[in-house]
Amino acid sequence: MSKLPVTIAVTGLNNSDNPGPGIPVIRSLRESRHLDVRIIGLSYENLEPGVYMDDLVDMVYAIPYPSLGHETLLARLTYIHEQESLDLIIPNFDAELFSFIKISDTLAGMGIRTLLPTQEQFDARLKGKLVEFGDRFAINVPKSLTVFNADELTDALGEFSYPVVVKGKFYEAYVAQTAEQAHGYFYKLAAKWGTPVILQQFIKGQEYNITALGDGKGRLMGAVAMRKTYITPNGKGWAGVSIDDENLLDMARKVVTQTRWGGGMELELMQEDSTGDVYLIEINPRFPAWVYLATACGQNHPDRLVRLALGQHVDPQEDYEVGKMFVRYSWDMICDLSRFQEIATTGEVAIRPMELA
Amino acid sequence: MFFMKLKKSVAISENGFVFNASRGDSFSTNPTGTRILDWLREGKTDTEMKTLLLEKYEIDEATCEKDLYDFIKMLNQQNLIEA
Amino acid sequence: METLQKLKYERPVIKQLNAGVTTKFGAQTGFIPHTHIDGLAVKDLTARFGSPLFVISERTIRQTYQEAYNAFANRYPNVQFAWSYKTNYMNAVCRVFHQEGSWAEVVSRFEYEKALGNGVPGDKIIFNGPDKTADDHRVAVLNNSPIHIDHFDELYGLMEVSTKLGKRPKVAIRVNMDTGVQPMWDRFGFNYENGQAWDAITKIIQTDKMDLVGLHCHVGTFMLATSAYAVAASKMADLALNIKRQFGLDIQYLDMGGGFASKNTLKGAYLSGTDITPSFHDYAEQICTTLIKAGFRSEELPLLILETGRALIDDAGYLLGTVLANKRLSDGRRATIMDFGVNLLFTSFWYEHAVSPAQDCSQYAEDAILYGPLCMNIDVVRENVKLPPLNKGDQMVVHRVGAYNMTQWMQFISLRPNIVLIDLDGQPHLIRKHETVEDLTQLESTPAHLESFDL
Repeated sequence: MSKLPVTIAVTGLNNSDNPGPGIPVIRSLRESRHLDVRIIGLSYENLEPGVYMDDLVDMVYAIPYPSLGHETLLARLTYIHEQESLDLIIPNFDAELFSFIKISDTLAGMGIRTLLPTQEQFDARLKGKLVEFGDRFAINVPKSLTVFNADELTDALGEFSYPVVVKGKFYEAYVAQTAEQAHGYFYKLAAKWGTPVILQQFIKGQEYNITALGDGKGRLMGAVAMRKTYITPNGKGWAGVSIDDENLLDMARKVVTQTRWGGGMELELMQEDSTGDVYLIEINPRFPAWVYLATACGQNHPDRLVRLALGQHVDPQEDYEVGKMFVRYSWDMICDLSRFQEIATTGEVAIRPMELA
Repeated sequence: MFFMKLKKSVAISENGFVFNASRGDSFSTNPTGTRILDWLREGKTDTEMKTLLLEKYEIDEATCEKDLYDFIKMLNQQNLIEA
Repeated sequence: METLQKLKYERPVIKQLNAGVTTKFGAQTGFIPHTHIDGLAVKDLTARFGSPLFVISERTIRQTYQEAYNAFANRYPNVQFAWSYKTNYMNAVCRVFHQEGSWAEVVSRFEYEKALGNGVPGDKIIFNGPDKTADDHRVAVLNNSPIHIDHFDELYGLMEVSTKLGKRPKVAIRVNMDTGVQPMWDRFGFNYENGQAWDAITKIIQTDKMDLVGLHCHVGTFMLATSAYAVAASKMADLALNIKRQFGLDIQYLDMGGGFASKNTLKGAYLSGTDITPSFHDYAEQICTTLIKAGFRSEELPLLILETGRALIDDAGYLLGTVLANKRLSDGRRATIMDFGVNLLFTSFWYEHAVSPAQDCSQYAEDAILYGPLCMNIDVVRENVKLPPLNKGDQMVVHRVGAYNMTQWMQFISLRPNIVLIDLDGQPHLIRKHETVEDLTQLESTPAHLESFDL
C-alpha cells in the first residue's frame, strides 16, 4: 500500500518538564502506516525543544501568541501556507484553540483542514460549568457549587460532607477537612484568582485518564485508558500504564457521542473506592502529552485524526494492548547557537526545505 | 569626542544577531544598529559615527545625535561596551 | 552616478533575546500602519484640524447600527433602538443615529434638553436614571416622555407631580435581577427576586394615576456572557405575563437596556477583544429566542427596546495624535510621550487600546510605555506596548475610542481638541471646535479686590 503524502503543521513543541502534546503527535504521525508526512512545526518561543529536533520536524515557523488576535494568526498562517502548501493543522494548546476554532472555516477555504471541537463544545467543558455539563449530557460529575462570599460559603458547606475540594476560578485546588480549613482556602483562592470559588465533593478513589478521538459526528473513533504510576511534584504524569476498564471507556463513549466531539481530547476521571462509580473531573480539549502511549498500544489517534480530517473512511477502533508502559525521561540535545539565531532573527528554521520542482 | 570599545567577546552577524560570548546573552538589532556596532568594532569615535550616519542616511543632525547616544547607552546597559 | 541616494533612516535599536520573550516575528505583527481613515490621510487631517484630533466615521456608525438592527429585526417582529446619549452626545453623532431610526435614551436633564434640541419628539425620549428632580418630571410628563422609575422615592414624587399637572405620565420601572453574573447590578431599579419590582408594579397599577407602559432592565456593562440576557429576558417576560394575568394589562414594551461589549481589549484579558467579543447576533439570539418562546401570543409580543451604546459607536471613533518626545527610563525601557493622555482618553483606564503608527514603520519592536502629555504621574495610555521606533513628530492612531471619551474627557491642564466627522462621501466636517482660553474663562468672574496685583 502506498502512503498518502500530506503536509501537516503541528503546534505544542514545548517538550519540557511541562510537556505539550506536539512532539508525541509528530512521533505518532511519523509512524503512520497510511501517511507519508512532512511536518511543519509551529513555535511560539525560541526555546521550544521541538525547534531543535531535526529528525521530527522538517521546517519550523514562529507564530504569534493568541493574545494578538486571530487576524494576526491568520496572516501568519497564510504566509506559511504560501511557502508550504499545508494540508492540515493540528493545534495542541488549550490557550490557542479558541483562535483556531474561530478561523477554522477560513482555513478550510484555503484548503487547510482541521478536526476541532466547535466553539459550543469547547465552552461547554469549561471548569466552572462541569455541573451544567453533567446535567446536560447525563454524565456523572462530582457535586459542586460556586460561591462568591463567606456567607454563601457557610451555607454551601452544609450541603457537602468532608473532605471537600476548594478550587480556584482558574487554577489551584485544596482539600479541606473542616469548615475552618475551607474558609481559609476560600480567602486564599479568592484573593489570588478572584471569585467565584468552586466547592467540589471530594471523591476518595483512583484517578484515571483517557485519550480519546471523536469524529465530530458522534462517533468515538478510539480511546485508550491509562493510570499514572508516577507523578512529578508539579502534578505531571511521568510514567503510566495502559489499562482496560469498561466503566472508564464507557464514560469516553458517552462524552464523545453525546457532545458529538470533534478531534482529540483527554478525560480526567475518578473512580470512587466505596462504590466503584466513575466521575468525570475535567475534559482537556486536545490530545494529552502522553498520547504516544495510545499509538504504542495500537491506536494511532493523530494518524486517525488526519485521515478523518481529510475525509477518508475510517472505522472506529476499540482494541488496544493493555499493560504497555510509558516512562518519560529528559535528554540534553546539543546544537549550535546558529539554530537559535535563525529562529530568533528570521522566525523560520529550514531543516529540510522543500525541493524545488 | 570619545572612544568606546565594543567588548571582544561580542559577535555580530549580518542579519542582526548579536552574541556576547562572555555572558551568554543574545540580542537582535536592526540594520542601523548593526552598522553602528561594526563601526564601534573598527574603533570609530562618536563624531566619526555621526558624520557617517549623516552622510549615509536621510536624517537631521539633532535626531542623529539623540539616537546615537541613546543607542550607546543601551549597549552600555547591556554590558556590550568596555568599561 | 556620482551622488549616492541616501538611505531611509531607522533609529538604531537593540533588544535582548530571552526564552519567553516574543521573537522578532511575534513583535512584528502589531505594526500595520494605519495611514488613512475612510480614505482621508491621517497626516492631512492633522495638518488641517490639528493634533490631537478625534475623528468619527459616519460610515462605520451606520454600518454598525444596521448590523445591530438587522440582527434583532430578523429574529423579532418589533424592534426599536434608543441612542444612549451618555455614550456619545455630540449632536452630529446623535443625529446620525436618529436618522437611522433610533429614539433617544437620556439619564439627566442636560441630556434630555440635548435630545429635544436635536428635534427628537418628546414621546421618543426615554428618561432613565436615578437623577430626576420634580421639575425634570414636570417637563417629561408634559412632553409625554416615557419615564423609567428607579426607586420608590421617585415613584411617589412623580405621582405628586402628575396629580398637580392633572396628567397621566407614561412610566416603566427599572428592574434589577440575578442573571448569574457578578457583580450583580442591584443599585439601579427595583429587585426582581425579593418582590420589590412586583410591589412597585402593583402600586402603580392600583393607585391608577400613571400608565405602566413598559419594563426596563440593564444587566451590566461590557457583558461578555450573552447568557445573562436570556435570563434577564425570561424574568422580564415573566413579569409582563404576570401583569397580564393579574391585572389584565398589556405591557407595551420591554426595554432590555444595553451593556453589549465592544471589541476593545479589557486590561488583564488574555485574548484580544476582537476575538472574544460576542457579535450582535449572539446577543440577539439570546434575547429574541427567549422572548418569542416566553408565552406571549404572537400578536401581543411587546415592542423590544435596546439601549446599547458602546457597541454601536466604539469602532467609529479614532484619536489621532503626535509623538512629542522619546526618552529612556532608568530600567532601559523606552517611553514615548504623546500629545494626548488620560485627559482625552478616559477609557485607557480600563482598556488596552490598540494603537498603530500612522506612517510606514520599521518591523523592529521595542518594549515601551506610552505616556500622555500631562505633568501627572497617572497619565499613562499604555503601560506596556511593543512599538516600532518612533521619531518626534510621528503620528499615531488610537482605535475604538468612540464610546465614553467625548463625554468623559476632562478639561484638565490642557484644552479639548477638535472633533471631525467624515461623511459618507469622505468629506470631513468639524463637529466640535477645540476649546479656547476664552471659552473657559468667560464662565469665571474675578472679585473686584482681586483684580490687580504688583509682582
